[in-house]
Amino acid sequence: MPDSVTPYDGPVLEIEDLCLSYYTRAGEIPAVVDFSATLAPGESIGLVGESGCGKSTVAMAIMRYMGSNGDIVSGTVKFKGRDMATLSDEELRQIRGSEIAMIYQEPMAALNPSLTIGSQLIEVPMTHDGVSKEEASKRAIAMLADVHLPDPERLMEAYPHQISGGQQQRVVIAMALLSSPSLLLLDEPTTALDVTVEAGIVELIAELSRKYNSSLLYISHNLGLMLEVCDRICVMYSGEVVEEGHIDSIFSWPKHPYTHGLFGCIPLPHADKNARPLKAIRGQLPLPHERPQGCYFGPRCDFFKAGTCDQESVRMSEVNTDDDPAHRVRCKLWNSIDHDAAIPMGDAKPPAEIGETVLEIDGMQKYYEVRDTSFAAMISGKGVRQVKANEKITFRAGRGETVAIVGESGCGKSTFAKVLMGLEQATDGEVRMNGIDIGGMPVQSRSPKQLGSLQMVFQNPNDTLNPSLTIGAQIGRVIKKFGVETDPVKIQERVLHLLDVVKLPRDFAIRKPRQLSGGQKQRIGIARAFAGNPAMVIADEPISALDVSVAAAVTELLTDIQRENQTTLLFISHDLSAVRYLADRVVVMYLGMLVERGTTDEVFSPPYHPYTEALLSAVPIADPQVEKRRIVLEGNLPSALNPPKGCPFSTRCQRRIGEICDNEPPPVQFNADRHGIACHIPMEELRKVEPVIKVSDKKPDPAGATP
Amino acid sequence: MLIMISKRIGFMVLTMLVVSILLFLLLEYSPGNVAVKVLGPYSSEEARQLWLERHGYFEPLWWRYGSWLGNFINGEFGDSVRFRVPVSEVLWPRLWNTAILGFWTFAIMIPLSLILGVLAGMREGSRLDRIISVGSIITTSVPEFASTVLLSAIFVFGLKWLPGTSSMTSGFEVKQMILPVMVLIIYDFGYVARMTRASMAEVMTTHYIRTAILKGLPYRQVIMKHALRNALIAPFTVIMLQINWLLSGVIVVEFFFAYKGFGALLLEASLNQDIFVIEACAMVAVFVAVASQTIADIGYTYLNPRIRFT
Amino acid sequence: MSNIIETVTPAPTPEAAFMRALKSFALLRESTPGMVGAFLVLFWVIVAILAPLIAPFDPLATLQPMAKPGTVYSMGGTFWLGTDHLGRDILSRIIYGSQTVLFYAPLATLCAYTLGILMGLAAGYHLGWWDIVLSRISDIILSFPVLVLYIIIIATIGSSGINIIIAITFASAPGIMRIVRGLVLDLRNRDYVAAAQTRGESALYIMLVEILPNARGPLIVDACLRLGYVIITIGVLGFLGLGLPPPDPDWGGMINETRKMAMIFPHMTIFPVIAISSLILGFNLLADGLREVSLRD
Repeated sequence: MPDSVTPYDGPVLEIEDLCLSYYTRAGEIPAVVDFSATLAPGESIGLVGESGCGKSTVAMAIMRYMGSNGDIVSGTVKFKGRDMATLSDEELRQIRGSEIAMIYQEPMAALNPSLTIGSQLIEVPMTHDGVSKEEASKRAIAMLADVHLPDPERLMEAYPHQISGGQQQRVVIAMALLSSPSLLLLDEPTTALDVTVEAGIVELIAELSRKYNSSLLYISHNLGLMLEVCDRICVMYSGEVVEEGHIDSIFSWPKHPYTHGLFGCIPLPHADKNARPLKAIRGQLPLPHERPQGCYFGPRCDFFKAGTCDQESVRMSEVNTDDDPAHRVRCKLWNSIDHDAAIPMGDAKPPAEIGETVLEIDGMQKYYEVRDTSFAAMISGKGVRQVKANEKITFRAGRGETVAIVGESGCGKSTFAKVLMGLEQATDGEVRMNGIDIGGMPVQSRSPKQLGSLQMVFQNPNDTLNPSLTIGAQIGRVIKKFGVETDPVKIQERVLHLLDVVKLPRDFAIRKPRQLSGGQKQRIGIARAFAGNPAMVIADEPISALDVSVAAAVTELLTDIQRENQTTLLFISHDLSAVRYLADRVVVMYLGMLVERGTTDEVFSPPYHPYTEALLSAVPIADPQVEKRRIVLEGNLPSALNPPKGCPFSTRCQRRIGEICDNEPPPVQFNADRHGIACHIPMEELRKVEPVIKVSDKKPDPAGATP
Repeated sequence: MLIMISKRIGFMVLTMLVVSILLFLLLEYSPGNVAVKVLGPYSSEEARQLWLERHGYFEPLWWRYGSWLGNFINGEFGDSVRFRVPVSEVLWPRLWNTAILGFWTFAIMIPLSLILGVLAGMREGSRLDRIISVGSIITTSVPEFASTVLLSAIFVFGLKWLPGTSSMTSGFEVKQMILPVMVLIIYDFGYVARMTRASMAEVMTTHYIRTAILKGLPYRQVIMKHALRNALIAPFTVIMLQINWLLSGVIVVEFFFAYKGFGALLLEASLNQDIFVIEACAMVAVFVAVASQTIADIGYTYLNPRIRFT
Repeated sequence: MSNIIETVTPAPTPEAAFMRALKSFALLRESTPGMVGAFLVLFWVIVAILAPLIAPFDPLATLQPMAKPGTVYSMGGTFWLGTDHLGRDILSRIIYGSQTVLFYAPLATLCAYTLGILMGLAAGYHLGWWDIVLSRISDIILSFPVLVLYIIIIATIGSSGINIIIAITFASAPGIMRIVRGLVLDLRNRDYVAAAQTRGESALYIMLVEILPNARGPLIVDACLRLGYVIITIGVLGFLGLGLPPPDPDWGGMINETRKMAMIFPHMTIFPVIAISSLILGFNLLADGLREVSLRD
């Protein structure tokens, strides 16, 4: 390669005034406007923003892979001083995969399903370094060991679907690093993974980029993650960078109203729903072809000044009030905004009163039977196996209380919701709702009143509404079905009232779901759940598919309605920050087992169950003042078909004490009245554990601090 | 895998049994009709009764079905009413002729449609893609009976290059094969090509192809190694199902060109109410169809590692 | 169940429905093949409707045998496409033949769809025994080579219009069932179906209101393709002499009756061939265009 002859020591990547557009039937749609960035060797830069802000497009443009309808309108991308636009296809091919490599959001989709992992790995050195197959295999095996995958030789022969999601992402990382690229593009590399797996991947990326001295361009929507991996970040909004600078200056002294707004939307460990409610950014992200004149953020900005912000387009300006020379902001008024008062903060609210017990779950179990048709199973007579989706679940929820069920994928939290809703029946134990056991009562045999008093908000906004019916018809149907109203006029009135409650315009009643945004659909889902004046609402990951600013608004809406109606909320989530913010009580689940339960404060401070401890450590926190103890779990989530005999967590536990963990189910020990931990470690030992998260007292609110 | 194969074969046997029961009920349920069909409408009542008794038609229904099935499995299908010889004497040579016709059709059609489908799907929306796509829609839209007429109008009557019938009376002649094979290809290749195109186009939009391109692999390697392997799994099944399809297609072609094949035999038999020939042909046709379906399923499992190793 | 939908929302006016239909048609404009297809189909539909007005002669009348195209008839009028061996005007027969084909094919397809959708909904939504039994029945019917099945059915029950519809329904419903079942298997896992279940809706309501309307896109495309296919089937049966009994004009039958004379009088067969092929092409192109347009958004 020419670069090795004359060593290049300038910046790895220089992007100047880059404008990218897609061409569609509707005309030219600018995806990225006026983007500039420079990346020095070994440096890592983060692109952060909500969906549709153009961050992935930038990565694809660097690779010059825009698809047939995308193009670079103006500006240059220089890689090691060479303008990417001037390269021939062949030169481009030689750079792709050897000098610039990419790691993708969904590892399963990024790997070819019908080729072995080995054959997909060895083609990288064979293509770029021209080495023999044997040599390439040797390098691939070494690299698989480098990404901490067990048994690399055997893995080479495996197909992608045979390994877990976290392992697949490690394979993709190995593939990217095989030719020691000088630039690594990471497009939401951990978004599709569980938190504890994510923590491992993030650590691996940091470790390897140091080892191979690659520069990183890290794309994510997660501000907390940025804090852990990047030196500098660019905050993007609607196709342009609104603020950029060193990670510390952005987090400590943000200057752009949008950045302020983002921080106001993220639940932090030292904030809860009563003392410091989230403050959503009002309005919606403009569609690319409907961007306003002047500042794109103008219509949503609290500091908007007509005549200044809605004129010509805004350029980046230097921020010279802190000691970060790279700190720049795209706002005309940044100097006149009082940044101390700029942190959006909702008004404090009195905590809700918790009334009598509404839901009581006692030793609930749900087993599935799975037929194993493999030959070995037939011979050994284990044709039918049991999957323990829920094992001995016990907890209570009072009126007006928010109980969160936390766990990663496969922990049985969705099965639990199905049993409550009557879509599945409990195998054993009791589920008492207002004193009546409904665990074995299928939905068909519940009365309209029972149905109406227990409703659900679903996860996926695009799936929650019937695309063929109008919003009004769908809510109206629920009202009629639960017998709230029977007179068509009254039903219509109640539909409009519910739209008011979820703060949507009344004319949405005649719209079809596809005319609504994700957040709006989720609001309709909430309206539908509350149509029958429910005593309890189950919210199954209601905000996990939404962008932060929208999620904050939906979260607030949900808690407000709950507070007003004294509804019990069962909040199912994998997101510990949201749980900590919202919940009064927390139930932590792992592989169908309840491992810890207690009030939010009890669960989030020692003594912890070792799994809770690891989970807490894994959650990225968007606050530089927070110090975390790092705990990275080894190994994979065991299959629910073949769970460990003793404690379900024993295979990955960082505090495993011996064979007793593998062989005997752990007893539930009580630290306080209703704070139970299912663990073999004596309670005295667990009490000695240091807190995972420490918030330094010096600056209680970093976002408001001035230099 | 073994379990899966034995399951498929078990299902195949079951299907054949159900089909045989249906056929038996449909065609032999009332002995009176059978006698009329075999002995003709002008036979005397006495002769009919005599024939029925001699052939065991007064036994109970299940017994009749059992012995009928037993004979069937042994290859004794009864006598053809029209040809006055055992059915198997007519059936096997006819089936062989159809096999030859089918072989040539497949030998040309499969490579042709796969290549065109892959070329079209490789660059979706390109000019080549549009030409191939529209071309294959047009050829599939001309029914076989229409293209037989059109092609013979051109090649037989217009250019006088090819014979208009393919009865092979004076031994096997390649020239007589050309038109029937051509008609079958024209009608069927468009379907396979479109399926291949759709499969290829879908694969080209997947993320793993993007991965392969951004790995810096030469385009040729992206196509040959990464795309084709996945894109050809679906067409494989489609091609195996075309065997079933071809059994329909040959009926028209053989009928028109007077080719002495299986399809023409079935058609003649049904027009002449030649009951035992209908039974035998239907069973053979279903057997071939079910067998090819079974092979398709097993092959699909084998080709797709996601199912093979779970 | 529908009255509530209408009371809550202003009932869609006929004009609004018409505008919507017009809008989906406008979308089709994006696809040239789709437009050509729509044009071909529309052309034949208009011809069929206006047949008595535009046909120059009685399609059954024996006028002047074996006239070449363009021959002027002694009693007035011109045989634009010539006459057949019995002296019937080919143009008139093609025009009236479009009535036959556009009556039987959609009717048969509709019957097949009704049965197939019911089977598919039941199998895909209830799963379990419903699914096993219905799927096995379909597998068995589908394992017959189609034309073999038609021949056996027609040979047993005789050939008439109603029997052709019965045969087509019987032979096509399993294929439709498979498609519907596949769509239902996907749609039944949607959250809005779960929402309907948790408010205690009946299975029938969920199938007809929550699932079926959302499966319409792929089904419309498939219906176009299948219409083309049914037209071929009716033509093949006519061609093999198993179709509608003569002398009613039937395109397949016309080709069969005259094919022996195609050597001397190619016009007798060529024009019906063009007619039937263009109609099938129309449906195929329409299906292709609809699919292309529906994939875009």
